[in-house]
Amino acid sequence: MMREFAKQWNKNKYPYMFIAPAVLLLVVFSIIPIVIALVISFTNMDLVGLADYSNIRGVGFDNYIRIFKDPVFLKALFNTFIYVIVGVPLVVICAMAVALLLNYGTSWLFKTFRVIYYMPSITNIVAVAVVWGYLYNGSYGLFNYMLSWFGIPAQQWLQDPTLAKFSLILLALWKAIGLNMIIFLAALQGIPRSYYEAAEIDGATGWKKLRYITVPLLSFATFFVTITTLIGWIQFFEEPFVMTKGGPLNATMSLALFIYNNGFKLSNFGYAASGSFVLFVIIILATIVQFAVRKKEVEY
Amino acid sequence: MAVKKIEKGVMITLLILGGILMMVPFIWMLGSSFKPENEFTVIPPTIIPHHPTWNNYSRLFTEMDFLVYLKNTLIIVICSFVGLLLNALAGYAFAKFEFPGKNGFFYLILATMMIPGQVTMIPTYLIINKMGLVNTMAGIVLPGLVGAFGIFLFRQFMATIPTDLMEAARLDGAGEFRIFFRLILPVVKPVFAVQAILTFIGAWNSFLWPLIIANDERLYTLSVGLSLLKGQYGTEFGLQMAGAAFMVIPIIIIFTFFQKHIIEGYTISGMK
Repeated sequence: MMREFAKQWNKNKYPYMFIAPAVLLLVVFSIIPIVIALVISFTNMDLVGLADYSNIRGVGFDNYIRIFKDPVFLKALFNTFIYVIVGVPLVVICAMAVALLLNYGTSWLFKTFRVIYYMPSITNIVAVAVVWGYLYNGSYGLFNYMLSWFGIPAQQWLQDPTLAKFSLILLALWKAIGLNMIIFLAALQGIPRSYYEAAEIDGATGWKKLRYITVPLLSFATFFVTITTLIGWIQFFEEPFVMTKGGPLNATMSLALFIYNNGFKLSNFGYAASGSFVLFVIIILATIVQFAVRKKEVEY
Repeated sequence: MAVKKIEKGVMITLLILGGILMMVPFIWMLGSSFKPENEFTVIPPTIIPHHPTWNNYSRLFTEMDFLVYLKNTLIIVICSFVGLLLNALAGYAFAKFEFPGKNGFFYLILATMMIPGQVTMIPTYLIINKMGLVNTMAGIVLPGLVGAFGIFLFRQFMATIPTDLMEAARLDGAGEFRIFFRLILPVVKPVFAVQAILTFIGAWNSFLWPLIIANDERLYTLSVGLSLLKGQYGTEFGLQMAGAAFMVIPIIIIFTFFQKHIIEGYTISGMK
């Protein structure tokens, strides 16, 4: 028995050694946290509980009931909904449009602009927020100055509750185009030229080719981009965190920011964990709906 | 043909207009970072400063601790390369070895990709706290050291390496670690390079986790330092723009050098 075990171990020692560090780290920092999050979401754990675990008490579904009565949470839920329904189509349409433009030629000009459109997506979010905060500045910002050329009065980009949401969406859109444009570009380059040639013989114009060949053949890329963008917007965090801290009057508060605030600012770990599970469920539901819609499409 | 020419002209015009719009924040940042403080209130605003100065950049290092932040950021970058190596090792084992529990472990790793960061953030903090690693570099680095996506990507590529190659090396008496470092790594160099650049960008930009774990200013990264700058020196735009430029320009330079590989890497990993 022992000998059999030793033999097995000797044979498989290297692969186990190779995966051990990665598996260990992922178990400790990704798998175990899920279990802990679920457990503490049913407790009143806070700073007192962190100092002495005997102070932690189970509260059943209290956190989950409380959170749906919390006006800030409901506001965050509503804002996240707005981010998704405005942001997702904007990102998909703009990324696709840029990819179509970039796919039009192969000269150095197109290659250079590919880099330019991609650049925002690799830059640091804090740096971006600092720069955009200045662009949006009410008195010295570039945007208000540009508006003045057209005789439009200065806007309070980040101070007006309604406008602030859209200012953040604009910034996130600017940052999201690059990566998604690459995915569309890859898909576009996979479309065989012969399809277009056949269509041209039949006398199809540019618009018809786009409508009946390109867009349908991009459906998988569109699906992929839509899903990842949707999940990204549901977890929208960094832009409101650095730009507005969720204000004014919680108008830019997102679900992820709500969780962060409750967890790390107010140290209500249990309450925040229950919020994170609500977020998790929303992501899973949204993904399932997406897949269901896509399945229906295929059946047509 | 004339129609075609016009169409192309319109396309290029749109492309350039859009590109300029995308560039506006960068141009604005760079121009403003050289402005002396009194040029910020001038109306109409200047894109290119009338009296350019290096003063904002030097203040980052004299008045602020940007040198310390830079050092911390570079430590995180180096640690993340160690993590990259661990990803490669795991990917190699999953691609080229048969062992009990292989599929189970692999699915476990893939499952971690689907968990949103917000769910694990709080418990991970509690674990790090329990380990006594709050306010240490280890606490900042460990949770993000390895990643399921990297392991998956390495596995996909290493699976295409012929097994004969390793068998031959084994017959020659090479040890398993030697095979990995001397034989496998050189073969997967292109993937490794792409992953290395993406890892560098990720580590360079790391913000939220260092912010949570580091209470001590000596452990701040560039991003955390910059956000501090935004809070405390909110009216000093020159200093802020110089700080932002200091963070963004190295990435843009690296990216421009390697952009072909990165974009190909995304194409391969994103669409397959």
